[in-house]
Order: sequence, then C-alpha cells, then structure tokens
Amino acid sequence: MRKVPVGAVYLAGLAPLGWIVWLVVSGGIGVDPVKEIEHRLGKIALWFLFGGLAITPLRRFLRIDLLRYRRAVGLVAFFYVGLHVLVWLVLDMGMLWAQALGDLVRRPYLILGVAALLLLLPLALTSNTASIRRLGRNWRRLHLLVYPAVALAVVHYLWQMKVVQPQGWLWLAGFGVLMALRAVPRRR
Amino acid sequence: AARIAATPSPYSTDAAPNTLEEITSYNNFYEFGWNKGDPKANAGRLTIDPWSVEIGGLVERPGSYPLDDVLRAAPAEERIYRFRCVEAWSMVIPWIGFPLSALLDRAGVQPGAKYVAFQTLYRPAEMNNQTALSGIDWPYVEGLRIDEAMHPLTILASGLYGDPLPRQNGAPLRLVVPWKYGFKSIKSIVKITLTEAPPPTTWQRLQPQEYGFYANVNPQVDHPRWSQATERRIGGGLFAFANRQPTQMFNGYGEEVAALYAGMDLRKFY
Repeated sequence: MRKVPVGAVYLAGLAPLGWIVWLVVSGGIGVDPVKEIEHRLGKIALWFLFGGLAITPLRRFLRIDLLRYRRAVGLVAFFYVGLHVLVWLVLDMGMLWAQALGDLVRRPYLILGVAALLLLLPLALTSNTASIRRLGRNWRRLHLLVYPAVALAVVHYLWQMKVVQPQGWLWLAGFGVLMALRAVPRRR
Repeated sequence: AARIAATPSPYSTDAAPNTLEEITSYNNFYEFGWNKGDPKANAGRLTIDPWSVEIGGLVERPGSYPLDDVLRAAPAEERIYRFRCVEAWSMVIPWIGFPLSALLDRAGVQPGAKYVAFQTLYRPAEMNNQTALSGIDWPYVEGLRIDEAMHPLTILASGLYGDPLPRQNGAPLRLVVPWKYGFKSIKSIVKITLTEAPPPTTWQRLQPQEYGFYANVNPQVDHPRWSQATERRIGGGLFAFANRQPTQMFNGYGEEVAALYAGMDLRKFY
C-alpha cells in the first residue's frame, strides 16, 4: 500500500471526470447533459469528501494507514466542488448573474452549498507543506472546518431533492457514522 | 400498434417539438424510480391492456369505462403543447388526445360537482417504486377545479407523435394541463371522481408549503427552494444555457385561462 505514489491518487481522482467527458462525447449523458454533469460532479465531490473523512477511522479501527494520501483526496474533492459550482454558474444558470445571485441569497440549499465551498477554500489553499509549517498548530485547528463543510454539503445535497430519497438518508447516515467514530473514546 | 389518426388543433403551439427520444427518456414518473431515466428503463413491464377507468362520484352514469370506450368520447386531436416542469425545465410535446370535458360530459356531471379527482394505477408488482420506503403515499392522486377540468385546453392524452403513448409517459391515458406545472398532469389514470370538496393531491400532501393545489405556471411566484423566473428548454445539449428562457405566465396560455383565476391572489393560491 505504501508503495503507491501519491501522484496515483491525483490520477485516479481524474478518472470520474474522464468518465463524464466520455459520456458527453459518446452521447451517453442523456437528454439533459447540464443537470446530469452538475449532479454527477457534486456526487463525486461528496465521495471524495467522505473518503477524506474515512482516513482517520480506517487507521484507528482497521489499521489501514492512508494518511499520506489524505491531502490528495481532499484536493481532488475540492477540485470537484469547484467544477460543480462552475457548471452551475456557467452551463446551468447561463451566467444570468442576477438570477444566480438572487437564487443564492434566497434559497437555503444553495447558501449551504456555497458556504461549504467557502469553508473548503482555505483548506485547499493551505493544503501544502509550506502552510503546514507556517501555521503550526493553527493548521490543525483550521482544518477542523472540514467537518462543518461536509455537513453543509450533505444537507445541501438532501435539501435540493424534491422529496428526500432513501439514497439521501444513506448519505446522511454515512456522515453520522464517520462523525460518531471520532467520538469513540480512546482506551488508555 | 397502429398510428392514431388525429386532426391538428388551433391550440397547438408552432414552437418546434422536442424529439421523441427526449420526450421518452427524460421523465418524472416516480412509480418507476427517482431518476429521469428510470421510467424508460422500468416501465416496460407495465400491463396496459386491458385497461379501464372508473368514473364515479357526482356523475349521472358512474361505472367502469373500458379504455376504448373512453377514447371514443371525442375525436383524437394533435395538441402540440409547451410543457413546464416545476423543476424549471421545459419541453414542447406533440400529444394526441381529446378534451377531458368530452369524457366528463359522457359521464354526466351533476350540478353539485365542484372538483375532479384523478388517481394513478396502484400496482406495486409492476411499478417498482410503489413501496413504503419511497416516502410517497401511493397511489398518486391529483385534482382540478371543475372549470379547469372542463377547459378546452385540458386534455386526456393517449398518444405521442402519432403513436400510442409510451408507458414511461403515462400510458395508456394521462391528463395534460398545459398551463400548470407538469406534476398536475397525472399519468396512467384508473379513476376519475367528481367531488364537492377539493381532493387531496400527492405533492400538496408531501410538501404543502411548496406545492399548492393550483400549481399554475407563474414566473412571479418562486418555489421556496428555486426560482421559477426562467426555464431550461430540454434539447439544447451541453449548451443548454443558451436555451434558458423566461418562463411565461400560465406557461403562455394566459389568454385562454387567466379569466379562471380573476380576483384570486396567486401568491396565496399557488
């Protein structure tokens, strides 16, 4: 496991994007490509965010140590969050800035999504060795923001559904499990 | 199946219809699943022959009407209608149908009838998402005020592009009310009941603060979670943003239907 270079994670992280591009090129994306791309990007971002949150419990409870890949997983997640928002603004809203902005301030699920993006932004910007050195212990504190960010992202995902589907509840439960595992007291 | 002979209608829009592929592979028909592609994938096993519609309540001639009898209520017309989903996308669809009023007249509406209730088939063995887990109280139900039901724009559709309606679009018989959001246009109808009191509707029951009984297309009254000011016309491909267009009041049918709502506060009666 340790032999897999970190670069491979970045490369693997591009695979879902490649799949979307393939679907668009081959016509498999369906008759509403914009919504499909937008939703797929958001869902992929969630997978990587959850992946990032899974690394600590994997190490603690299953002794699988993927810690050296966590930065890559987080950055890939942020990459998909960014693409998701970009597709919403450009392809979906058609750069109707006024309506996009109006929707943003009036619609709670959009606010939550953008809030998640804003919380993740400083984390992505400080996901480098120089920042870890410079920020010292504050780096750890800053990166606790990932918890509210993912919580917001999950609620954003559930809230945009017309009616919450079983799949939505599974994501919420999954997030609950990832959080609960952190609350398990350590044996002395 | 044989193509349906239908006459053109002055109510048709001259906008270019969406392709058959688009209309039949992008559907909200939650009985068959949550995703737009699910109905096409899962509706194939639905038995639509034999089919009958039970007409009851405040009518002179209640009973179970076989489908071919229902279809004889009036000559088939082609109605090319704009279709606006509450999710802010839209299509143009060449339905084959006839005015609902013709069927109601045949059943004989009693003077006390003020509303029409509709019900979709409930058959979990063939409709895979009709489970308790779905969170929806099946069967799907909808309703119209009697004047809305009798309006000439309101049709029962049994065909699409000249052929019998595909299952994912609500075969063999569905409602089409073009000035209302798509969820009012209930699919695969098995029951029509004339009532005095407003009937329950599925979406209103699920989210009363978001979906009203009327559900008229209205760019000025937003859905609580998204704007209804514009819509994306399906079929623009990747560059659908070029197809985002302003939503019209009553989906562009205001000239015909605005009078039905004279004096009503459409913010209150959404």
